[in-house]
Amino acid sequence: MKKLESTLKNMLLVLTLVTAISVAILASVNALTQGPIAETQANILKEAIGQVVPPFDNNPAEQMDTVTLSGQTINIYAAMKDGEYVGSAVEARASGYGGEIVVLVGFDAQGNIYGYSILSHAETPGLGSKVDTWFQKGQKGDIIGQSLEQQELKVAKDGGTVDAITASTITSRAFLQAVKTAYLAFKGNTKEADAASSATTQVKSTDDDSSSSELTEE
Amino acid sequence: MKNLRIVLNGIITENPIFVLLLGMCPTLGTTSSAINGMGMGLATMFVLICSNTAISLIKNLIPDMVRIPAYIVVIASFVTVLQMVMQAYLPGLYSSLGLFIPLIVVNCIVLGRAEAFAAKNKPVASMFDGLGIGLGFTIALTLLGAVRELLGTGKIFDISLYSEDYGMLLFVLPPGAFIALGYLIALINRFKKA
Repeated sequence: MKKLESTLKNMLLVLTLVTAISVAILASVNALTQGPIAETQANILKEAIGQVVPPFDNNPAEQMDTVTLSGQTINIYAAMKDGEYVGSAVEARASGYGGEIVVLVGFDAQGNIYGYSILSHAETPGLGSKVDTWFQKGQKGDIIGQSLEQQELKVAKDGGTVDAITASTITSRAFLQAVKTAYLAFKGNTKEADAASSATTQVKSTDDDSSSSELTEE
Repeated sequence: MKNLRIVLNGIITENPIFVLLLGMCPTLGTTSSAINGMGMGLATMFVLICSNTAISLIKNLIPDMVRIPAYIVVIASFVTVLQMVMQAYLPGLYSSLGLFIPLIVVNCIVLGRAEAFAAKNKPVASMFDGLGIGLGFTIALTLLGAVRELLGTGKIFDISLYSEDYGMLLFVLPPGAFIALGYLIALINRFKKA
């Protein structure tokens, strides 16, 4: 087959055709992957919540509440077990060394830090990227089990008690800032009252639904 | 036989990293560990094979004056497909390669092979060229990632070989990428001469 001439008509036609085919392919792939992508992201969040709060039997991702704190919209996920409130996972952000750090901080019902998980970060690999393990239980910068009630968590350099990540003070500060933000959001909305009321409404709604109430009640 | 020679050409004679020195940005940016380097290499290989084959198939339909925009649309479509599929099924790798996946579109290796090979050769040969160049790229990135990971953290593919405390952190950071790449190219040139 001979190569098409570079006439205006040919060029317009070919470019339009190539783009149209590409659009069609992308639209269908998007339709195919949309579901799995949303599912994967929901799973990542669910797993992260499972790591940072005491064992629960509800679906915290559905019990989401938002609080606005100094311009930041913070998601709070309440965890319940047997209808009792056991803790919350709070998604807070802070600006680190390489970009935004998104931390999921878990608090137990008493407001102590139960665990944390880094949802995303752009810190230097090998330095600031250690943030995902450094502050965990038994590690050098262990903050698990502490309460922010009496004292703020600060790195040793700023007169605090937490060991900063070696050569990554900025990342450490940002991380503690995110934890603090999470705590403030958590305190502003302990969710206990809310969770209790939403639990009752749930029970009520199953009551109203008489056809299935036999099966779902208690 | 001919196809095997095309593949070997991509891996050895015209290795995109060590010989052609193309696509340096993802090479230096994503090779902080062996697994990241390999993931990036395989992702690029997928795009190379698809785009080379597709462009070779449609090369006669595309008027010369608009060939570059047409190639870029083809390449960008494959990259976007790859990105969506990775996001859905390989979220771990997707989050560690992050920004570099969409940047495969502007990787000069992909457009370079479209111009230099796919536009002049038959679809099957072009597919093998994509495979060869892609393998060459993957091997180079994995090698560079392994060297940097080993020197920087004492691990290869996350298997610890010696204590992380003795690692030279510099090699995980950007300057280490330049240093390691420089020495690797020097070594390979030495072997080629011999």
